[in-house]
Parts: sequence; structure tokens; C-alpha cells
Amino acid sequence: MGKSTVTTKDDAHALFHSLRAAYSATPTNLKIIDLYVMFAVFTALIQVGYMAIVGSFPFNSFLSGVLSCVGTAVLAVCLRIQVNKENKEFKDLPPERAFADFVLCNLVLHLVIMNFLG
Amino acid sequence: MSRKLGIIVVLLAVASICESATIFHPISESHRSAALELFSGSFSSLEEAYEGLRTFEVLGIEKKPDVKDHTCKSVVDTLSSVSSNSRDLYHALRVNGILKCRISKEDLTGIVLRLKGAVKDATSLLDYYHSIGGLLLVKDQSSEVDVHLENADGILRSLKALSQSDGRWRYSSNNPESSTFAAGLAFETISGVISLAASAVDENLIGTLKKDIVKLFDSVEKYDDGSYYFDDKHIDASGHQGPLSATSAVVRGLTAFASISESLNIPEDKILGLARFFLGIGVPGNSKDLFYQIDTLSHLENNRVSVPLILSLPATVLSLTTKDKLKVSTVLGSTAPPLSVKLMQVFSSGSRDASVLKQELHFDPKEAVHTLDALPEGVDIGEYVFAFEIVLSDPEHKRKFATGGRTKVPVHVTGVVKVENAKVAVLEGDIVESEKKLDLPGKNDLALSANHLQKLHVSFLLTTPFGKPFKPHQALLKLRHESGVEHIFVVGNSGTHFEITLDFLSLVEKFYYLSGQYDIELTVGDAVMENSFLQPLGSIELDLPKAPEKATQPPPQAVNPYLRYGPKPEIAHIFRVPEKRPPQEVSFAFLGLVLVPFLAFLVGLLRLGVNLKNFPTSTIPATFAILFHGGIAVVLILYVFFWLKLDLFTTLKTLGVIGIFLMFVGHRTLSHLASVSAKLKSA
Repeated sequence: MGKSTVTTKDDAHALFHSLRAAYSATPTNLKIIDLYVMFAVFTALIQVGYMAIVGSFPFNSFLSGVLSCVGTAVLAVCLRIQVNKENKEFKDLPPERAFADFVLCNLVLHLVIMNFLG
Repeated sequence: MSRKLGIIVVLLAVASICESATIFHPISESHRSAALELFSGSFSSLEEAYEGLRTFEVLGIEKKPDVKDHTCKSVVDTLSSVSSNSRDLYHALRVNGILKCRISKEDLTGIVLRLKGAVKDATSLLDYYHSIGGLLLVKDQSSEVDVHLENADGILRSLKALSQSDGRWRYSSNNPESSTFAAGLAFETISGVISLAASAVDENLIGTLKKDIVKLFDSVEKYDDGSYYFDDKHIDASGHQGPLSATSAVVRGLTAFASISESLNIPEDKILGLARFFLGIGVPGNSKDLFYQIDTLSHLENNRVSVPLILSLPATVLSLTTKDKLKVSTVLGSTAPPLSVKLMQVFSSGSRDASVLKQELHFDPKEAVHTLDALPEGVDIGEYVFAFEIVLSDPEHKRKFATGGRTKVPVHVTGVVKVENAKVAVLEGDIVESEKKLDLPGKNDLALSANHLQKLHVSFLLTTPFGKPFKPHQALLKLRHESGVEHIFVVGNSGTHFEITLDFLSLVEKFYYLSGQYDIELTVGDAVMENSFLQPLGSIELDLPKAPEKATQPPPQAVNPYLRYGPKPEIAHIFRVPEKRPPQEVSFAFLGLVLVPFLAFLVGLLRLGVNLKNFPTSTIPATFAILFHGGIAVVLILYVFFWLKLDLFTTLKTLGVIGIFLMFVGHRTLSHLASVSAKLKSA
């Protein structure tokens, strides 16, 4: 039993290691987007935690807060897909155009969020 | 008590129903209390002081000594002040005429000189009015000062130049609007000039002025009740407008003119009509109106054209045993000259014809009232119009007093109506089953019983004290079931005989087939019937057939009809309970917690070694890049404002403008970056 535990641990370690090594090869601009997605997701999680503790009373505010984060994260993921050079179908799309889409979508999203915030 | 007629207990009352349209009451105690109330405070100006003091003087109310001292002080101040104009002097002298303050002869001489100067320089009607009025007041208050006017004819001509063809006057030669109020002032001024004239005034001029007055009376307006008044659309000098001030001014001008000139030809019904107008307004609610009313009536009472006499009836109900009282007096309530009052005609409200009689009323010198000893023959209970006429005993007085012909007064004669032969019977076919006599009005306690094949018959006779048939406004029989269902029947009549037959067979459906005890109630009532009654007669036990299936149900009866007017149940408003909020500490803690991922994001960026090296370095692209980022910031700030205070429309309009700018700038920036990276790639 003990041996197998060690093996599992080692396996997990090796997996994690290889994952990290593979990720370090990712271009910096993609890493920035990943960081940004993480930031958005954690902010959303904190808000959900707040709701779980305190209650959902102004529910629209809660929704707009969480949806703002989730929406941003989704948009950032879309941006990442378009910017990533590995994705062949977006090869002809310049990253500047993708960024412009990202900015526009964010502005529209937040107009709605602000309207819903109350 | 009316022995002649031999009727047992008959009280006849003459109730004079006071219709303000036709009966006018002279000045009374209520005017005095109104005056005390309206002029209770201290006076703010000498004009107001005069109005208050004059009203008190006419009504015979004592002045308070402290008011007198205070007012006298301001009178002396005004009279000795150099800055006061002719208007101030006039009002001060008017007050002084009542209060008789101590003014030195030197002061008066100085005032006379100033007023004479004002007469010379006067251009408008009001200048003349105040200065001439002032001189006239000085003349009345001191005989030692010479107030005579040398150039009386000239002043009269310049005043006459302001008159209009319709009898009205203008305030000044450059003001084309004419007014009745101004005409009144002009007549007063002119009579002042004539009485102040040093030498005799041109007779022709006085003649034309008399014609002016008569012409002005052509424009007098009339109400239906016989009162006359002057209407004035123009606002007077003090801003107080309306028929009251205009009529008052005309009356003052008229009486002033009559005092210096004999034989003014004004019809006496118009003088009486003016008096009626001022009495008809009752007790006015403001001090200005009260002053106009009292002052004018006092002028009318002391005038030399004709003194109006007012016939008034006490408004209370009077019975014949205490005699019908009538009072004739002057407008201010002082006693009239020797005269007799005759009842000339009696009109019955029902018929057109009037019985002509000339019954003279008995005069009681102690109380100065005229009483009607006995009602004229043929006057039974009912509504009548009595026409009275005042006849002056002394033919000399006929020129001095205005009686105004006949005065018509609506009169209600009430009395006790006899109810006889009252009986109730239960009939079966035409055969009388049971019959009971009723004592009406009185206590009755019937206990009848009937079934649906029988009839109930109620009958009685109504006669007036003079034995004539009498038809009351109401003669109703009411049956009320135990359950509260009521049925009302009108009792029909033929002459004096009133009767009603209730055939229960035909009423079964109307009674909703409700058997059981019914209370009987009889109502006989009229405005002139003193013994109107509404009495329970007892009850009848009805035995009606059972209701068929389809019979209508009796309407539900209210438990207590007065509950309908009672207070309604209170409406309690339910407000939403405010949601429970978390303690502030928790919220702030989470605010901090939310910032943690952001900080982590920044730290992560530093760890990744992010830089701004890609930012354009040359001027124009750098400017566009800065504008692009600034534009995004502006949009975000706009969103914050949208959240805090702006509405959607303003936000969208602004966003459109910023959006177009942002699109342009962003396109420039990003295409520059794209071209740079493309160059790098190709290189």
C-alpha cells in the first residue's frame, strides 16, 4: 500500500513537473492572459463565497458582480484562443484585431453590467 | 284661544320667512361688534384711522383714550411736518375733525396757505380733492382762519373740464379712462369749492353740474330686489375697487352737493335703492367695506334729498296671539317720523288673485313697532305674500323721506290641523270584520290580525282651523315586518277625507310572502302644520300563503342603517420589511479580499517580466496610443457615472460620441502596431 502511495505521489509530481515545463514554453503574452483569467475567476469565487456567508440580498448586484468576472474571463479566453499561434484557424487574424474585439466586447459587457448593477 | 272662531286649541302663527332678497334690516348690534372686531388693532395710517374712527362715531361706539392720544400725536406730527403733501394733510385733518386734537392757530394758518398753494398747482382730480377737502375741514374746525377761495370759478371750470359726456369723470386730463368713483370725488370737491367761494359762483355752471349728476344716475344699475348701485371697472386711487366704493363715492358727492344746492331731482326709489344696496350686503368682513357701508348710510340718513325709510320684519316666528310685529326705521335704526303702515294686499301663493284691503297696523309708540292685530279675513294656514305700504302722517315729510311704495313680504301662516274620524278596519270583501277608532295625534296600540283574503282600511279627516280641506305635503302609511322589510304607501284624499285600502291579496308578492307581525306607522306632515306627526299605530298579524319556488327573496336588511355612516375600518399599510444586512465589518473584509486577486495579478505580471517596450516611441503613434487608452478610461468613468446618477439615454448619447472617437483612435493605434509587427516578421 505504502509503495503504491509513493508511486502515486511520484506520478503526480512527475505529471506536475512536466506540465510546468511544458507551460514555461508558452509565450509571455498568453501567460499574461492566463493570469488575467485567474484573477477574474478568483474575484468571482470570492463574491460567491460572500454570498454563501451573507445571503444573496441585493441579488442583482451579486449577479452583475459575478457575471462581470465570468464574462471577462470568457472574453479573455476567447482572446487567448485567437492570439495563440498554435491555432491554425486564426492564423490570418492579426492579434491586434483580436485585441480590438476584446476591448469592444468588454465595453458592451460592462455597459450591461452597470445597467444591471442597480 | 282664538275665541271668535270657536275652535278648541288653535294657535295661529305668522312666521315671516326672511328672504334676504326682499327684506332689509337696518344697522344693528351685529355691525357694532363687527366694527369693534375689524378696527380692534392700532391704525397703520391716518387714512385707516379715519375709517375706524368714523365708523365708531356713526355707530356710537366709545373711543379708547390711548388710541386717541396715539392718533392725535401722529395727526399733530403730520400737520406740523413740512414734508407732508396735501393728501397727508387731508387725511390728518379728517382725523382731527373727529378727535379734535389741539392744533395751534399758527399751524392752521400755515396749512391753509400750503393747501391754497396746492389748489393753485393742482393738475389732477385727486390733487383738487385733497386740497379742497383739506380747506373745507379747516373751515369746519376753526372759524378764525380765512379759507375763502378767490378764483372759485376758475377752479370749477378746470374741474368741469375733466367731466365726460356720460356723467363720469377722469382723474386727470392726460388719462382718458373715466370712472364713477372719480365722479363721486368730483361732486364732493365741487360742492367744497362752492361753499368755500369768496363770491357767488356762476349759476349756469351749477346748473350744468346738476345735470351731470342726473346723467350719472342714468348709468345706475339695478338688482331684482330693488337695490341700485354704481358699477366701476376702474380701480380707485387706493386700489380698492368695486361697486361698493364707487356707490359710496357717488353718495358722498351727492349728499355734499345737496347740502349746498336745493332741488336736486333724484327719484326717491333710487335713493331707497342705494340704501337697500348698502343694507343688502349684511355685515361686511373687511374694514374697508364696513367703513364704506356705515359712512354711506350715515350720509344717506342725514342727506337733504330724501331720507330712505326701511321696513323690516323680525325674522323669528310669531304667533297671532302675540301679534305680527313690523318695524319701520331709518337705515341706521333710529326711529322714523310719525307714520302709519298699512297692509294693502294679501297674495295667496296658490292663486293669482289678490284680496285688496287697507288694514292699518296698530302703532305702539313705546317700542316704536307696528303690529298687525288680526290676520285679514280669509287668511288660512298656508303661504302668502303680504304687501305693506308706509304712509307718512305729515305731508311735509313726503318730500324728505323715501318710502319706496309697497314692500312685499313672503309670509307663512302656520296652525294646528284637526285630525278627526280616524279609524282602522279590517275588511273581508265589503264586510267589516273589525274596526277600531284612532286617537290622532295620540297614543294608539292596535293589535289586528288578517289573512291574505282580507283588506286593511285606514281613514281620517284633515281640516284647517277655518274648517277648510287641508292637503299636507306628506300623508304616508308604513308597514314594517319583523325582519325589517318596509313598505310605504301614500294615503290618497278626496277633499277633507283621507283613506287607503290595502288589499293583501294583490300585495302578497310585494310583501315577499312574509307572514308575521307588521308594525304600522302613520306620517302626516307639512311645513305650515304645527302638529305634524309620525306615529306608530300598533301592529297587524298577517297570515300570508307560503312562498312559491320562484318568488323573489326579500332584500337583505342592514343591521343598523346608521352603520353606513359610521367610520370605515382603518386601512393599515403594510411596508416591506427591510432585508437583513450583514455587519459592516464582514462587507469591508470581503472588499479587501476582492482586491487580493488583483494584487496577485499585478505581482504575477511583475514575475513574468512584463514591460511596455512595445509602446510606440515616435510622437504621432504615441499620441494615438495615449488617446486610445484615455478613451477607454473615459468610457469606464462614464459607466461609473451611469451607475451613480446618469440615465440610460444620456449615457448612450455620450457613449456614441466617445465610441466613434475610440474607434478612430484604436484603429490608428492597432494598425500601427500591426504594421510594426509585420515589419519585424518580414525582417
